[in-house]
Amino acid sequence: MTMTVHVDIVSAEKEIFSGLAEMVFAPAELGEVGISPRHAPLISRLRPGEVRVKVSDKESYPFYISGGIIEVQPHIVTVLADSAIRAKDIDEASALEAKAKAEEALADKTGKIDYATAQAQLLEAVMQLRTLDRFRKRGE
Amino acid sequence: MAVGKEIRTKISSIKNTQKITRAMEMVAASKMRKTKDRMQATRPYSKKIGQIIKHLAHANPEYKHPFLISRETKRVGLIIISSDRGLCGGLNSNLFRKTISNLVQWEKDGIEVDVCTVGTKAFSFFSSLKTNLVGQVSKLGDTPHLQDIVGIIKIMLDAYNNGQIDQLYIANNDFVNTMTQRPTIQQLLPVIDSETEEKLNRHWDYIYEPDAKEVLDYLLVRYIESIVYQGLVENNACEQAARMVAMKSASDNAGNLISELQLVYNKARQAAITQEISEIVAGAAAV
Repeated sequence: MTMTVHVDIVSAEKEIFSGLAEMVFAPAELGEVGISPRHAPLISRLRPGEVRVKVSDKESYPFYISGGIIEVQPHIVTVLADSAIRAKDIDEASALEAKAKAEEALADKTGKIDYATAQAQLLEAVMQLRTLDRFRKRGE
Repeated sequence: MAVGKEIRTKISSIKNTQKITRAMEMVAASKMRKTKDRMQATRPYSKKIGQIIKHLAHANPEYKHPFLISRETKRVGLIIISSDRGLCGGLNSNLFRKTISNLVQWEKDGIEVDVCTVGTKAFSFFSSLKTNLVGQVSKLGDTPHLQDIVGIIKIMLDAYNNGQIDQLYIANNDFVNTMTQRPTIQQLLPVIDSETEEKLNRHWDYIYEPDAKEVLDYLLVRYIESIVYQGLVENNACEQAARMVAMKSASDNAGNLISELQLVYNKARQAAITQEISEIVAGAAAV
């Protein structure tokens, strides 16, 4: 039997995922991490991006999160997301729109805009689209 | 008929009151459902972050965050969460009574208190007392947002970091079920772990990314925010539940009052008729 680890993903609004998994992938601050069962205790901040829970060889669940914290204990992994959505529920149209808006704001050189906010928004939109893209590629 | 004119007006005025209380009861019932859903939705997050903090207290970090170290207490901070409106039974007064007894205890121990209030009721109550009010927010409505309370949390955390206060407490109502709301006072800072026995059996620590200080700063502030926010939504659900119950009993009381008055009215009317008949009969007999 393969080893499993209990995974909980919660966002500020609700519990998104709770169950056993073989491996978890998350976009940690210093690069993407893959967590296997009995990983050493770890706490890291997360960047916007894709969290993927591999339940078995055939089954895995991708989620998009907008940042948060991951806590790893040998037998339990907790992802505290600021906000999280299942990859298949990502609204492509609104993500594209957000991306376009953020790019427009960044291109605006009049200096009226808040550069950091626009950049963060752009990153979020891009990561949402990338998560969706990867989800579709795997699905086909 | 002139009989019982006052009683009739009284009955109709009570009927009007009853209509109002019944409407408020129904509004509170539907609002309660919504606030309860919201409360339950945010519970997993605050529970999980609480667990992480508990783990953290068991770890042996190389970096001791000030939020995890207890120091001698000379001054404490208190965040009191109340409702904005009244007519919700003893909800606020129970909480205030509990808070006052704590304040008295602190005063006895020579500890000063800084108070932050959330909601109009707590503000008007504690500003009339001789408490040191350092911040307040009110009129947050039925759907409070985290941004609304970040301000007062920051006041308190800054005070803690500067050493102005040595402990931080939160007072709010805990939603047990629709009939029961429990006033609670909970210590937020320094973070205490309740079960100290099981720790220290081995020395371990987390791997921190990017580094311990940054992660802990972020995590602990998040933790405090989530607890205060949870307290706020919980108090909101309590308010609606308490109002629903209070208005239900008010409607029931009005119903009792009406039936009693109706009885008095009927008796008076009957007595008047009897008297009239006996007068006519007596008059006829006299002729």
